[in-house]
Amino acid sequence: MQERLLEIQGLHLNYKVYEGYLKVLNGVEFNIDKGEKVGLIGESGCGKTTTMRSIMRTLPSNAVITAGKILFKGKDILTASMDEVQSLRRNNISMIFQDPTAALNPVFKIEEIFSDIIRFSVRTSSKKLTKDEIKLKAVEALKAAALPDPERILQNYPIQLSGGMRQRVCIAMALISSNDLLIADEPGTNLDVTIEDQILRLLGNLVNERGTSIILISHALGAVKGLVDRVYVMYAGNMVEVAKTDDLFSDPLHPYTSNLFKTVPKLTGGGIPEAIKGRIPDYFDPPKGCRFCPRCDHAMPICEKETPTFKDMGDKHEVACFLYS
Amino acid sequence: MKLLPYIAKRLLYSIFVLLGLSILIFTLSRVIPGDPARLALGPMAPQWAVDQLREKLHLNDPLPIQYIIWLTNALRGDLGESIVSKRPVIEDVITFFPASFELVIFSTIISIALSVLIGAMAGRRANSLFDNLVRVFSYIGISVPTFVWAILFLFFFGYIWKMLPTLGQLSTEFTRPPFITGMMSIDALIVGDLGAFIDHFKHMILPSVTMSISRIAQDAKILRAGMIENLKKDYITSATSFGVPESRITFKYLMKPSIIPMVSIMGMEISGSMGGSFIIETIFNWPGFGRYGMWAMLNKDLNAIIASVMIVGAFFALINIVVDIIIAYLDPRIRMVERSA
Ligand SMILES: Nc1ncnc2c1ncn2[C@@H]1O[C@H](COP(=O)(O)OP(=O)(O)O)[C@@H](O)[C@H]1O
Ligand code: SF4
Ligand SMILES: [Mg+2]
Repeated sequence: MQERLLEIQGLHLNYKVYEGYLKVLNGVEFNIDKGEKVGLIGESGCGKTTTMRSIMRTLPSNAVITAGKILFKGKDILTASMDEVQSLRRNNISMIFQDPTAALNPVFKIEEIFSDIIRFSVRTSSKKLTKDEIKLKAVEALKAAALPDPERILQNYPIQLSGGMRQRVCIAMALISSNDLLIADEPGTNLDVTIEDQILRLLGNLVNERGTSIILISHALGAVKGLVDRVYVMYAGNMVEVAKTDDLFSDPLHPYTSNLFKTVPKLTGGGIPEAIKGRIPDYFDPPKGCRFCPRCDHAMPICEKETPTFKDMGDKHEVACFLYS
Repeated sequence: MKLLPYIAKRLLYSIFVLLGLSILIFTLSRVIPGDPARLALGPMAPQWAVDQLREKLHLNDPLPIQYIIWLTNALRGDLGESIVSKRPVIEDVITFFPASFELVIFSTIISIALSVLIGAMAGRRANSLFDNLVRVFSYIGISVPTFVWAILFLFFFGYIWKMLPTLGQLSTEFTRPPFITGMMSIDALIVGDLGAFIDHFKHMILPSVTMSISRIAQDAKILRAGMIENLKKDYITSATSFGVPESRITFKYLMKPSIIPMVSIMGMEISGSMGGSFIIETIFNWPGFGRYGMWAMLNKDLNAIIASVMIVGAFFALINIVVDIIIAYLDPRIRMVERSA
């Protein structure tokens, strides 16, 4: 029996904006086991980043969580004290942000950014690290992220590095404090396809070596396929389907999932094009029942009234759609 | 960016700008109506004395010749004689400039300290009560003219509450420290006269606080806006997600990128305080350079006018070079651009 690492239960989240509330997350259900590799796919704007930032407790100030739990090793992160949250961030979970250029402070040397992360990530039990020890750890992390000449990179400012190197630097940072879980939000998306591929493979190797769990958000479905054990599909603030990777690709159940796959070119690395008819709903006034209803070819009367919940289809395959109940 | 060649380049530019400025102010000062020799000697003086003075001041030569004469003398450190003080202008500059400089420096220290504190606190807690108070203060601070603050401070702190001295640099019971740097606070410290230092310090408070008000308002507003803007950046979220403590994020990772716009307007503000100090110096009876320049204008004291303008211009150029160096130090992106340029 696998040990449950993280579990999100019924997470509802709104963004407060001038005109009112954007009802973005609509009861997110998600779980990941110790050492498991999980993919997360879905159109842009579905709430993937929002969900991950909820885990880190680094939501924008206008975000309001209205319901739900995020259990890490059984303890709710959302009600944890600030000290507990800081400890999680320093020792257990870390996140690689979508855009490595934006994620690196432009006016600090890489070494300064690393030093603080290392200094504060030292487990509370151990002693304070010396400058040399900190530097050594930074060099090790950069090496692990396959960066050549780490000593020089530490002395560089982000602007002096290429996009691919910045992405690797971000990965190296995340390695320092991700003893249990690494969250990678579309790593390499802004880069060249071949570099994106290298980055994804690097991540795969790193988590395999370390036995860390990973949540990998990516548009590169082909690459996700080879890297993760299970895949979640997210649509407009809900997880709509989850299955073992092979099952999901060979036998997608949710209409959104099959649409998603149909529109993707058969080649590796192809992104999700805007080819599914319609758009994600307006979060001010989302559909009452199934949020996919306005775009769904199989919609039934019940779909407009009630929200479908996950139904177990066996062998870890779950789907939230009235076609299967 | 190599620092020395950069400074050299900037100094060279400044020299050309200052030369241009000197031609401009020189020409202007000669073409405005009124005979400076007559003004200097008064309406009762005999014509021959006026003619003699005109000859001595080279006022009968063609303008370009006059300029060349002025320039060659100026390069030797001779800015001519003041027809009002009857002393070499350079001596007047040495007497009056340090007093103004002292005020400007002191008010700059006050401005930086307070605007960083206020701006950072307001920026980090946007829309809090404190932040709203700061916004109100900023509007008032920027829109109310300096002389109004001066008069208000004089009235309340000087006359009503009698907390602080309002006029001059030193109370009569203290002896003026010898003139070493010309900045009385420093001179008093050099000779070890603590009593005079403290008394002088008190005299500095009202004029320099007055001078700082609009700057604090402006700077705090800019810093606040920068912090609010940068707080949304991924690099801040990233630092937070690695468990870096909030105070460190605010004062290190958020402050450094946010303070750059504030520093870049500081050059303007400092030279503006120097150029505009005559109001404050007049109100607080501070024997400084602004008041000197004002008198020169009113009396058509040509050499003094030109010298005042040139000194303020040179000060402006220097301060802005210093500010640009600080910015290049703070922002590597600017350094990299300079290098490739
Ligand atoms: N700070 C915010 N304020 C208001 N709306 C936001 C904010 N952040 C994200 N959103 C909105 O929330 C929705 C989900 O965003 P996000 O989680 O970034 O999606 P994804 O990562 O799947 O592309 C989008 O419609 C986005 O515009
Ligand atoms: S619940 Fe209804 S509308 Fe939603 S995806 Fe299933 S069939 Fe379509
Ligand atoms: Mg995203």
